[in-house]
Amino acid sequence: MRRNFDRQLGELNVALIRMGAACEAIINKAIRALFNHDLSLARDAVRDDKEIDRMEREIENFCLQLILQQQPVAGDLRIISSALKMITDLERIGDQGADIAEIISMDNLDLTGDLRPPVVQMAEATCRMVTQSIDAYVRRDLQLAEHVIASDDIVDDLFVRIRSLLIETIAKHREEMAEKVIDLLMIAKYFERIGDHATNIAEWVVFAITGHHKDVPPAPDHPKMNSAGSLIDD
Amino acid sequence: MMNQEITMEEILGHDVARDFTDEAVLDIPAPLSDKIAFEIRDVDLFYGDFQALKNVNMDIRQNAITTFIGPSGCGKSTLLRCLNRMNDLIESCRVEGTISLYGENIGGNNIDVNMLRKRVGMVFQKPNPFPMSIYDNIAYGPRTHGMRSRAKLDDLVESVLREAVLWDEVKDSLRKSALALSGGQQQRLCIARALAVRPDVLLLDEPTSALDPISTSKIEDLVMRLKSTYTIVMVTHNMQQAVRISDETAFFLLGEVIEMTDTKSLFAMPTDRRTEAYITGRFG
Repeated sequence: MRRNFDRQLGELNVALIRMGAACEAIINKAIRALFNHDLSLARDAVRDDKEIDRMEREIENFCLQLILQQQPVAGDLRIISSALKMITDLERIGDQGADIAEIISMDNLDLTGDLRPPVVQMAEATCRMVTQSIDAYVRRDLQLAEHVIASDDIVDDLFVRIRSLLIETIAKHREEMAEKVIDLLMIAKYFERIGDHATNIAEWVVFAITGHHKDVPPAPDHPKMNSAGSLIDD
Repeated sequence: MMNQEITMEEILGHDVARDFTDEAVLDIPAPLSDKIAFEIRDVDLFYGDFQALKNVNMDIRQNAITTFIGPSGCGKSTLLRCLNRMNDLIESCRVEGTISLYGENIGGNNIDVNMLRKRVGMVFQKPNPFPMSIYDNIAYGPRTHGMRSRAKLDDLVESVLREAVLWDEVKDSLRKSALALSGGQQQRLCIARALAVRPDVLLLDEPTSALDPISTSKIEDLVMRLKSTYTIVMVTHNMQQAVRISDETAFFLLGEVIEMTDTKSLFAMPTDRRTEAYITGRFG
């Protein structure tokens, strides 16, 4: 029974692994470009992003085809609908990898001193989160998905640390470092966002396996703003 | 001016909170009735030595559509036929346990089976209009139950044909033979005929399996409209149909009810792996 459908689900897995691998590659190229001043790698990364966009469309079409042909229910429906949601996050990861590469190619960033270790750690941690989130999907591994979700805190902490270091840099060096500080802050923020997208993917894996979403906090009341556009605490 | 508080309403010219709390956009189904039409308790059914139903227990809600699904020979039609004692017609058939309709055991010897079948109507897989006019098909049941007034019969025929969404198609040919209707029209006529004796419950045994997609969709729409007035129990092999129209679904396997719950849960998160294996097409 259903040999064809099982084969198609296998193909979907392979396509997602490839898209995940492309996202890892783009992060890797961005980080190597940053540390080795290799602008060709940065240009590669921008090109890879286009390939990731293409993969998103391809997988999306395939999922829609599966829904149409197989009218999936139960676990099959969750696997396919989760894949449809996950590729949106993977595509954003590709964009942010390319954004990092673009910043590097426009600015001669020299990453030395105290800043280097936390940026390296952040790049590694986010890259691992992306890999593990896809692994968790392919292997239907709930524990690994939950591990990815927990890892987001590490990336968030690293972002806060980099931000503090950059504030110190501004205090010490003033104008001469301004551009570098801004660029590094953006790069760190992009990595932090990549971590968030990997977390989203892992949350969809949890849904695909269990049928339940992790707790969603209740919507806040509609906030008031002051004339400067900041939120007002009631 | 800078420190003066302003609200979203002042910026956007309308109250954002109100915009979001206006009536719901999505069609969320109304909660099901708590009233139970059928209570089925510890039912075993035998055809001679063969046990076709094993310890079946379930409640069937009033004004809901309950579907029975499962592979061929799993007992779903057998249980359906127990609900108006159609199995009485099979000599070797023996039923144990109790089935109550609104608290009254329908299996007792004191039950008037004809009255039971008036309360619990049935429509079969293959449309089976009587070889007579459209009008007489509908009027047949009420006449046998003593309705003689022409005016009353006329009213009844029109009202049930309207209920079955067939009136506009046949109002000018009520005297023509029902056998001249299309398959889909014949099936709606059979539903109208079942409604003519004003039943509480309608049993449908694969009512669309012999019909084309457009006729199927008309029957599905009709069944969904009828549930506000009637309790509906349906056997179907079309799982998408069960998902589309039913409120509760029971999965049968080898004479047992493996799982019964609201349809959305059963098809989204079945709790028994045999249910999942069947609905995802791994066997059956």
